Amino acid sequence: MSGKPRLTYLNGRGRMEPVRWLLAAAGVEFEEIFLETREQYEKLIKDGVLMFQQVPLVEIDGMKMVQTRAILSYIAGKYNLYGKDLKERALIDMYVEGITDLMQMILMFPFSPPEAKEKNIDSIKERATNRYFPVFEKALKQHGQDFLVGNKFSWADVQLIEAILAVEEKIPAVLSGFPQLQAFKKRMSNMPTIKKFLQPGSPRKPPPDECYVETVLKVFKK
Amino acid sequence: MSGKPKLHYFNGRGRMESIRWLLAAAGVEFEECFLKTKDDLTKLQKDGSLLFQQVPMVEIDGMKMVQTRAILSYIAAKYNLYGKDLKERALIDMYVEAVIDLNELIMTHILQPADKREQHLATIVDKATNRYFPVYEKVLKDHGQDFLVGNQFSRADVQLLETLLMAEECKPDILDEFPLLQSFKARISNIPTIKKFLQPGSQRKPPLEEKDVPKAMKIFH
Repeated sequence: MSGKPRLTYLNGRGRMEPVRWLLAAAGVEFEEIFLETREQYEKLIKDGVLMFQQVPLVEIDGMKMVQTRAILSYIAGKYNLYGKDLKERALIDMYVEGITDLMQMILMFPFSPPEAKEKNIDSIKERATNRYFPVFEKALKQHGQDFLVGNKFSWADVQLIEAILAVEEKIPAVLSGFPQLQAFKKRMSNMPTIKKFLQPGSPRKPPPDECYVETVLKVFKK
Repeated sequence: MSGKPKLHYFNGRGRMESIRWLLAAAGVEFEECFLKTKDDLTKLQKDGSLLFQQVPMVEIDGMKMVQTRAILSYIAAKYNLYGKDLKERALIDMYVEAVIDLNELIMTHILQPADKREQHLATIVDKATNRYFPVYEKVLKDHGQDFLVGNQFSRADVQLLETLLMAEECKPDILDEFPLLQSFKARISNIPTIKKFLQPGSQRKPPLEEKDVPKAMKIFH
């Protein structure tokens, strides 16, 4: 037993990617087990390791943690990425939850029918540029600090850089009206742990392709 | 200014109900400002009160908090309903997140088109009785304690009770196979703050009726 956290999920981004980002940003090495077949998944259920029969699963500190937000909150709390007090924590939670709503649109995108795809990209663009990005652009402008909350690197910064890059993959010029976010993106990308995660060969997963979608449907279909 | 938290939402359960439950369970009095028309929502959006243009919004401790989970986490921590350490918190979070998943399913039932409703109800019952309830039944059985986590009342107990009652509204005998959940339900319902919340005249909201759905939808769409 290595003591490193162990992640069980498909070999793709999905709901596990924010966990990979956060562990990597915290400088924590981790192992991964990839589900490729329905049999593997059914075995996990049969063995009773999935509390609600779902992945992500992260084995960490003697716990078999499930539920993405529970996992992320634990990691953030453990590695001091959750602000210095209850109020900073509240602000980080608000930011993270908003970003998660945006990321949900990206998460579901590969599974939408071909005829809906263009409309969905437009929705993502609309939400990103009208609802979410302006909030963070304003926050950074108002306090003029490097990080979103409390002048200190936190979970909120990691979640935002992940979201910016994910949206840019679909809408390359999406940051064109957001100079603060452009600078933020550059700054975060240059932080040593994040820089390492952004390099080839890291545990970061590529954008979902047809093969990934097929695997999801195969492993999880009822 | 009263100092009491002030909740902004429409006059119904929706995403605000869990917050009402938690504040009530913690013995915290709160005020409510009900959105009745789309204009009410637009006004809040225009005056910059809603971080992401959405409700629920709760004014508390000088903050205008949005995002249901952020609000619930803040209240839970402030009123010591979040366990004693990081690991208890992790367990509470796992239990709560699953309860929220089941809640979402139940909440959307009334919004289903008439021809999909029976199938949707079957899904709720299947998930409740096969995926979620067995977990909590086993947790209570294994430790034999009154509360889900750490032998202490927490948000997990409050949110589970809320969901058990909502599930029973869908199917009154849904807890038949779960004796420990039945006694949990009785026990937690008898906690003074919760007992008070369950009485008529409290700020607990009734289930949305079919006839009220269009009006509620109009505020948000």
